Amino acid sequence: MQGNEACALGAVAAGCRFFAFYPITPAGEIAERMSQLLPRARGVYIQMEDEIASIGSVIGASWTGLKAMTATSGPGFSLMQENIGYAVMTETPCVIVDVQRAGPSTGIVSAPMQGDVIQARHGSHGEYEIIALAPSSAQEMFNMTVRAFNIAEHYRTPVIVLADETVGHMREEVVIPSEDSLTIINRTVAPNREEASKGFLSASVAPMPVFGRGFAAHVTGSSHDEYGMRKASAPEAIDKIVRTINAKIATHAREISTLEKTMLEDADTVLVAYGSCARTAEYVLKQARQRGLRVGLLRPMGIWPFPHEDVRQALKSARRVVVLENNLGQLFPEIERAAPEGAETVFLPPEIIGTLHRPAYVLSEVAKEVR
Amino acid sequence: MSAQELHPLSKYIRKGAPPQTHCSGCGNGMIAQSFLRAVDDLGIQKEKIVCVAGIGCSGWIPSPLFDMDTLHVTHGRPIAFATGVKLGNPNLEVVVFTGDGDASAIGGNHLIHAARRNIGVKVICVNNMIYGMTGGEVAPTTPRGLKTTTTPFGNLERPFDLSRLVIGAGGTYVARWTTYHIAALVAAMKKALTRKGFAFLEVLSHCPVHYGRRIGISDPVEMLRWFRKQSVTIEKARGMSEQELADKFVVGEFVDIETPDLNQMYEQLFEAAKREPN
Repeated sequence: MQGNEACALGAVAAGCRFFAFYPITPAGEIAERMSQLLPRARGVYIQMEDEIASIGSVIGASWTGLKAMTATSGPGFSLMQENIGYAVMTETPCVIVDVQRAGPSTGIVSAPMQGDVIQARHGSHGEYEIIALAPSSAQEMFNMTVRAFNIAEHYRTPVIVLADETVGHMREEVVIPSEDSLTIINRTVAPNREEASKGFLSASVAPMPVFGRGFAAHVTGSSHDEYGMRKASAPEAIDKIVRTINAKIATHAREISTLEKTMLEDADTVLVAYGSCARTAEYVLKQARQRGLRVGLLRPMGIWPFPHEDVRQALKSARRVVVLENNLGQLFPEIERAAPEGAETVFLPPEIIGTLHRPAYVLSEVAKEVR
Repeated sequence: MSAQELHPLSKYIRKGAPPQTHCSGCGNGMIAQSFLRAVDDLGIQKEKIVCVAGIGCSGWIPSPLFDMDTLHVTHGRPIAFATGVKLGNPNLEVVVFTGDGDASAIGGNHLIHAARRNIGVKVICVNNMIYGMTGGEVAPTTPRGLKTTTTPFGNLERPFDLSRLVIGAGGTYVARWTTYHIAALVAAMKKALTRKGFAFLEVLSHCPVHYGRRIGISDPVEMLRWFRKQSVTIEKARGMSEQELADKFVVGEFVDIETPDLNQMYEQLFEAAKREPN
């Protein structure tokens, strides 16, 4: 099946019961599938008037206790940024799928590009951490959508599934695990009003004071204390928010952003790739090994928060690091920072941005003498 | 027992909430009290109410004053958030507190689509005809010609008639009153709260600090007198010409019709989906 379809199936399997959408290519199939699946599960599919409203209604639904998601592509993702920041600030679990297309602006609707990597990280204003997963197959569109919900519920924060046109539209075999073999995490809801009153800003994630249970929760995007009460003029309050909500994510970078390591043990040259680029990298790796080249592949499955320490460890014996991205190097500075001193670190975009890397082109780069 | 505890509506006030944050003489305190009276008269459990507040002075009516679930959101978006709350839990009474700028400028799209969908949220739109919180800038509701901090030579644009806008978009309960008409306002709030579908209640609120000053009436009581003088009921207005109504506020109940609300439509969808094969 198609990656976008697998994403919808993953969402429903994870327990998603609210999905809001505004039509956009190449994310449309996620919505089509959700509109078929949700009514049968007594879940709400709604087409909103724009992407701002989509993410807004998703946050509203999340506060009633539902697992909620929206899907979009670049232009819609841009429109969502303010409310993504609101979800971070108010510790609202939700999932945003961005099936990236070529940009800036309207760009090319059906060409793949990893152009939203930095926007995913820093698109909303203010100082915050975000979580973004990078699927590289139709199977991972299922798996990572489930995982995105689990992480969102666990940390009470928005999670972005940063897909791209290629993984969204590629068709390949997807194994849908049985319901009882799936790990599903549900948010901790405050058990009583006393617990609910301290519903925010805990390093260990405060239980969520969801609506309709007599908690009189006060949820605001303004600076607030752990009771949710507005503290709109004290810098100490925003200091505590920034430190707490950022640490809540950053200190768990290792668990959130896992790495897939292939043949790194003896590798002189390590390819680093995520999302659809990793598919080319996997192919090039096989070809290079057949030629006797000592090549390995490091694939971050989550890119934000960037797992610096783990990447540093994985790259420590590399002499050459070749980074593939379908952009002009958005994650590259992070990887360069984690690469060992003395290693040659190369950034390799496709010959034509907005297309996939040609394997022969990558192979010729990989086959170059290590300096 | 303190004066606050003696007040019959004090049970709706959040413990530890700061006193009203509005400027002295503002109409928003009267709107807050009118709403709580309506809730109290109807006997709605406060645990079942979710207040969704926008950005601007109006958002500070429920947030954090009311002892109810409160979602104070981004500028212009309370109706979009409220749509998610109401669809997420249809048993909740979802009330939006929004201003004229919040609802009709930055959030105009959400307003008209909520009316079209007939989503069962109740919108209390506090219209002071100016941007109060940010310093008295021109709003989409400011009369043509008025000098504001950003129209020093007078406003060039025509103002929105918010109630007519919502009627045009398909609103099923639409009414307008002013902070002078408190009894009618409470009655309209009670009616809005008992309707299943989308309800829009426009409240012209006196802002002596920013608006009143600009029209030469900076005394709040004088502004209320001015509201009384300028208001014409819809019944009376029907016999008046556009010219006669040019500088008047038409008040009253404009629309009150019953038609299936969106939650009811979803219930029908869920039933139908059960019968459809996968």
